Amino acid sequence: MDALPPGLAFEEPIIELEEQIRQLESADDAQSGKNVTKIRKLRKELADKTKEVYDNLSPWEMVQVARHKNRPHTPDYLSLCFEEFMELHGDRRFGDDRAILTGFAKIGAHKVMAIGHDKGKTYQERTACSFGCAHPEGYRKALLKMKMAEKYQIPIICFIDTPGAYPGIGAEERGISQAIAENLFEMSQVKTPIICVVIGEGGSGGAIGIGVGDRVAMLQNSYYSVISPEGCAGILWKSHKYAEQAAGALKFTADELLKFGVIDHIIEEPLGGAHRDPHLAANRLRNFFLEELKALGQVPLEQLLEERYEKFRKIGVFLEQAGESQNG
Amino acid sequence: MSTLPTNSSGSADAVSASAGAATSETVANGTTPRKKRGIPEGLWLRCPSCRNAIFRKDADKRSKICPECGYHFYVSAPERLEQILDSGTFEEWDANLLPTDPLSFADKKAYADRLKAEQKRTKMTDACVTGGGMIRARRVAIGITDSAFIMGSMGSVVGERLARMIERAGEQNLPLIIVSGSGGGARMHEGILSLMQMAKVSAALARYHSKGGLFISVLTNPTMGGVAASFASLGDVIFAEPEALIGFAGPRTVKATIRLELPEGFQTSEFLLEHGFIDRIVPREGLKSEIARVIDYCGK
Ligand SMILES: [Zn+2]
Repeated sequence: MDALPPGLAFEEPIIELEEQIRQLESADDAQSGKNVTKIRKLRKELADKTKEVYDNLSPWEMVQVARHKNRPHTPDYLSLCFEEFMELHGDRRFGDDRAILTGFAKIGAHKVMAIGHDKGKTYQERTACSFGCAHPEGYRKALLKMKMAEKYQIPIICFIDTPGAYPGIGAEERGISQAIAENLFEMSQVKTPIICVVIGEGGSGGAIGIGVGDRVAMLQNSYYSVISPEGCAGILWKSHKYAEQAAGALKFTADELLKFGVIDHIIEEPLGGAHRDPHLAANRLRNFFLEELKALGQVPLEQLLEERYEKFRKIGVFLEQAGESQNG
Repeated sequence: MSTLPTNSSGSADAVSASAGAATSETVANGTTPRKKRGIPEGLWLRCPSCRNAIFRKDADKRSKICPECGYHFYVSAPERLEQILDSGTFEEWDANLLPTDPLSFADKKAYADRLKAEQKRTKMTDACVTGGGMIRARRVAIGITDSAFIMGSMGSVVGERLARMIERAGEQNLPLIIVSGSGGGARMHEGILSLMQMAKVSAALARYHSKGGLFISVLTNPTMGGVAASFASLGDVIFAEPEALIGFAGPRTVKATIRLELPEGFQTSEFLLEHGFIDRIVPREGLKSEIARVIDYCGK
């Protein structure tokens, strides 16, 4: 077995059991009664162990799952959740950012506009899409396609999976701040339903830049944060070594976000994380989309926009001292 | 696991802007004592740009601009209000909103303690002040984010005060001015709630915009991260003070990512003007009159 990345040490007992089962299954005498019993026993042990480990993931361990190299990315869900995907490229201004994919898709009886970050799988892909860190043209492409969807009353589905918007010279030159700001501004008023799901990493402005919707959900082991744990540790603890502490302090897991009213729904992942069964993860996502598309389709547009506004308007925790009623 | 921005630099909405272009007075996130914050006490001060020792009163007379080189020193929110509004016309809104510690956040210091210390030191309750006032006898709504309070970062109170101000400006048909001084972007200590304030304030601006409201955004040193990536970039007209540090990712983050020296003047007001993202660079002494002129052009 390859050495696991440091943060994934918790997976070791699971992977060991998986390996043992694989070896027994591929052995010549796999059909013999002896091995069948043994395999059955190991499988039970594996299920128990996986549940035990995954029920007790620390926030930092969850970040490692969210970043797992085998975790399904947007392209996996595009092919597994939808009957069809027709990619539409380009922002008509500068280029075609591979860190955000956009296009028409079909799901059940619905036509939708699918938008999502891509992190790539192979080294070549990962470089081509800047590891899922979008440039301004990615956000502008997303907005352009959303406007297109609005024109034809096509609902929008956004898959969020990014470490953050790209921190580079070109991104700053071409106005990454302005691009994200404009998306927040416009998405709050796009006249068609929007469903957003964090499928892995919800990295700050880069995430919320396609994250304003009527429904916002998270896959169970994803995280959604104002800053990466490493970035936070670097600033507040003065060292990236404190990333694990920062991960705990930032309260960015799906459970916490549900409590804060930031997300509406948590989509349960297959036992041992989405990377252990992408098909099952996609199936659950698909069911969630179908349910929400049906529900949102019945809401009159004016009400939809009012509720979308209120959804974000009411987020925040503060004290309001009585006695000083003010009106300007 | 991605090897590029995730590990070393991470996302950029909360940034430390201490390595800024012309910003030697900017200090990181309130954990260190602020020796160089604004104009120090005493008769003389040293300009961080031209290094001249200048007479404090000379800078004060010029809205805290260096008389030798034009460097713009830090000004606090109350001073800023005095500079922009007609004297004595400011009435504060929503001062009764106070920050709490929803995450029970603690780094080296507990956020609850940090808040108390910052409130005591700055005499502010949080990083922004909002209210109504007059500019050349026209009523406006005005908000200031003050970089002295936890780097001017936006948490729940900043987001809520701004959103309420924008809604009120919409109801009363007032022109809206927000002067940003926020090196800290979205405030880390309130986690995801801070990130969501970006969407909340931007949505309020979208509504205000569809009612025909005029929004003048003024960017001052520094305006970074989640503040730059939300309301600060959404003005109908965007002004910036000269040589302010303005951008999304902190310069150190960018440098760590690309592993190259940053070009001269990167992420300054002048850089943004050159690339088409702001309307005008306005020296502080002319700010009030330029705001008044825009209101005049757009007034109904
Ligand atoms: Zn000077």
